[in-house]
Amino acid sequence: MTFYKPSFRHPELPKNKLGYTSAEYEGVISTLCAGCGHDSISTAIVQACFELDIEPHKVAKLSGIGCSSKTPAYFLSNSHGFNSVHGRMPAVATGANLANKELLYIGVSGDGDSASIGMGQFVHVIRKNLNMVYICMNNGVYGLTKGQDSATADVGSISKAGSVNPYPPIDLASLAIELGASFVAQSFSGDKDQLIPLLKAAINHPGFAFLNVVSPCVTFNNNPGSTKSYQFAREHAACTGRADYVPVMDPITKSYGEGEVTTIELHDGSALQFHKLDNEWNPEDRLSAISALKRAEEKQEVLTGLLYINRNPKELHNILNTSDTPLNRLNEATLCPGNDILQDINEGFR
Amino acid sequence: MLESQALAADKTGTTKVNDFVIRFANVNGTGSASANFLFTKAIFRMGVPVTPKNIFPSNIQGLPTWYEVRVNENGWLGRREGVDFMVCMNPQSMHQDVACVKPGGYFLYDSSKHLHDEFIREDITYFGIPLMDMSNAAFTDPRQRQLFKNVIYVGALSALLNIEFTALENVLQSQFKGKEKLISPNIKALQMGVDYVKEHFEFPLNMRVERRDLVKDSIMIDGNTACGIGAVYGGATVCAWYPITPSTSTPEAFNEYASKFRIDPITGKKNYAFVQAEDELSAIGMAIGAGWNGARSFTATSGPGVSLMNEFLGLAYFAEIPVVLIDIQRTGPSTGMPTRTQQSDVMEAAYASHGDTKHIVLFPSTPKECFDFTAESFDLAEQLQTPILLLSDLDLGMNDHMSEPLKWDDNRTFKRGKVLSAQDLEKIENFGRYLDVDGDGIPYRTYPGTHPTKGSYFTRGTSKNEYAKYTEDSDSYKKNMDRLLVKFNTAKEMVPAPHFYQDEKKSATAIVFYGTSIYAAEEAMHILQKQGMVMDAMRIKSFPFSKSVEEFVNSHDKIYVVEQNRDAQLRSLMMIEMGINPNKLIPVLNYNGMPITADDIISQIK
Ligand SMILES: Cc1ncc(C[n+]2csc(CCOP(=O)(O)OP(=O)(O)O)c2C)c(N)n1
Ligand code: SF4
Ligand SMILES: [Mg+2]
Repeated sequence: MTFYKPSFRHPELPKNKLGYTSAEYEGVISTLCAGCGHDSISTAIVQACFELDIEPHKVAKLSGIGCSSKTPAYFLSNSHGFNSVHGRMPAVATGANLANKELLYIGVSGDGDSASIGMGQFVHVIRKNLNMVYICMNNGVYGLTKGQDSATADVGSISKAGSVNPYPPIDLASLAIELGASFVAQSFSGDKDQLIPLLKAAINHPGFAFLNVVSPCVTFNNNPGSTKSYQFAREHAACTGRADYVPVMDPITKSYGEGEVTTIELHDGSALQFHKLDNEWNPEDRLSAISALKRAEEKQEVLTGLLYINRNPKELHNILNTSDTPLNRLNEATLCPGNDILQDINEGFR
Repeated sequence: MLESQALAADKTGTTKVNDFVIRFANVNGTGSASANFLFTKAIFRMGVPVTPKNIFPSNIQGLPTWYEVRVNENGWLGRREGVDFMVCMNPQSMHQDVACVKPGGYFLYDSSKHLHDEFIREDITYFGIPLMDMSNAAFTDPRQRQLFKNVIYVGALSALLNIEFTALENVLQSQFKGKEKLISPNIKALQMGVDYVKEHFEFPLNMRVERRDLVKDSIMIDGNTACGIGAVYGGATVCAWYPITPSTSTPEAFNEYASKFRIDPITGKKNYAFVQAEDELSAIGMAIGAGWNGARSFTATSGPGVSLMNEFLGLAYFAEIPVVLIDIQRTGPSTGMPTRTQQSDVMEAAYASHGDTKHIVLFPSTPKECFDFTAESFDLAEQLQTPILLLSDLDLGMNDHMSEPLKWDDNRTFKRGKVLSAQDLEKIENFGRYLDVDGDGIPYRTYPGTHPTKGSYFTRGTSKNEYAKYTEDSDSYKKNMDRLLVKFNTAKEMVPAPHFYQDEKKSATAIVFYGTSIYAAEEAMHILQKQGMVMDAMRIKSFPFSKSVEEFVNSHDKIYVVEQNRDAQLRSLMMIEMGINPNKLIPVLNYNGMPITADDIISQIK
């Protein structure tokens, strides 16, 4: 737990186009354990939103229950937040999004929250292609209830208490691709150079964007033998390629070493630029993305980076054909058909 | 032999004009519903009060299903035990169908097959009509043969019971508007039934329909449709639901009317969202998410769904989020009898979810109230920032009822409750989401996205202080819980007020009822009054109980509480919430899955 947060800010902190410093994207002081991976992800969210010039009050942060689900309090204090019930963030996010299509919806969940109690909701929010960023802070363990194995723990992974997990893991990224998620990426909380560009691309994606982020639990699952520890993640992360998020109009300047450089232009003209490490993988082909994940798994590696993207998805509002004006802004003049029509309706029941 | 019996005069000789019960025994899935509806509607169009009830199985095809119609010119339209006329189209249920006819009653059957001696009773009159043979001879298409068999018996009944042929034609015309081709074969089938009666039986019977002018401007509509229309008028824009009998037709009605009256004229887009969720957890979660974000939202379900929604209802109560839940009650517990009625979710609704929770519950009795209360529930939810549970039931929801017409005041505006705009926020020094500024327990809220730097807050199911900050401080927790009670007390005088059947106290004894018990209770009161028993009466329309409810209860010594559940649930609520002495509250109960009857009530009062 971080007890002290310096209130002194350097007067010349850089400002974004809205005139905000990154401090204006922060939340309240985290009460998570010092070194918890989740805190690094919060920091990355702050940075991504700051760099993208997002108006903080145009964001809604939603979560379920768990240490991970507490994090929305720790970023974007000027956004409305909703810490709901265990495993049910997707439903609340769906309703919220239906009410107002104009906000950016960032959902945070844990591996227990998503892969166990909330598995049904996880699956169905993907099917609906809700326009949101869904971040699973995946530590392979139930942090908040003190260290039980979660459904994403690898077979043979050893808990801090010494028990060996006998069950195969649920691979949320493959599952998301399989179910038709339109943006799927994987990352590691300790790799902010990769995480921030991926978050920015996810935020700009006009459909369901899933980010599965390995996020070690220092208190209950960071021991040798755990496959969700810092050490394991560092040693076994295999990257689809270093990614850079290139905003609209910015010239691409980053220079890469050898290998193939791929640029994926996103829907609004911004781009994700890759230095691809795996030639058989094509991020716009679901089968190749799933194969790449499975090949990495066989090598005991965790494949990180962008895995799959469908650049022109049909999100829920398009599917439902809802009005251009957000539903929460419609008033009685539009919503109430009036008494004359009601009298016609009565006539049909006579 | 049988037909000669039928030609004999009525066995009782009594005349029953506009006062009888006729029951149709059909096989589920054979298209009898529209023929039976035609029968009912024709009587309605003759100006005679009538009400049908579907008694159907939890099955799509093959099992017995009944349609029971009570005709009563005095307007007593609750269910009545005993059948005066049985139309038996189902060999499977023949035994019980013969048995339930009252002595002196009638039995119409398909004589294409010989009627076994075991079905013959001496005290009832039989009408054998070779419906199947007639239909086969007149129609070629197998589906038509099946369907028109039903229409032929409606034709026969119209002659026997003196139903005007023009009334039937009239109903067909409105039923098949746009599909006029279908009218003439229907009329042909009706005529075949009439002709058969003319040739073979004496008619009309003493039991018959005669034109009256008693229906006036009433409509005949089911409660679920009325709820769906109410949600459109009440301004619901998000409906998330999961199919379950008997609630399904509520969201479906909302969608049907919204798809007509909620389409943007320029873009053709929908001014509403209609989402079938993956389960009830998700359905209520979506409704809550939408309510939090400033849309009027609802879900509809029945008992098993309410059980699943409990955790979320507690969240909405504690985090103070408006949401409307329409519960069309069916017979519980568990899956119970999914296609039978009951009022057994009362306790569950009032205190849904763990911890100290109390909810606002509305009890509509008629389709008109289904419409009014549904529309009003969106105002109440937003004004009180809490779930509103509207408790209808299968009887009200899925059966057509004669009802006052629906009405809307075009000057009425939506009451959106205490919501702060960006301008409001500018003027406020220190916004506290859970501050009781006005002393009524209702705090102010903001919609996400309102102001760049003011008014944002964190919604949670965990304990918080007045500024929505997480806290485990005992005093802050308690203060918040106490404020929620203040809010609950405020609600007492905002919810629909009870109906009193007298201007001033006439008796120390009273009868109290709610929801669909209205029909049987009013009839029972009438009968008892004729027998010299005068009681005061109150119909409760909502929970929590208002001061007027409490005063009424306190000013009577003996109170019969009529309910359609085993455990006298509303009585318990009265005891708990108003501290009423249990000895003075006498339960009058019916919980067999069938709508309560006046006889049920009278037998338990005397
Ligand atoms: C209905 C319900 N069941 C159980 C719990 C207890 N619970 C709280 S958090 C949690 C697990 C959280 O694990 P995860 O989602 O992985 O989050 P982490 O703490 O690891 O970040 C459980 C079981 C609960 N809050 N609600
Ligand atoms: S218990 Fe684990 S997951 Fe929870 S805050 Fe501590 S380190 Fe993070
Ligand atoms: Mg976890």
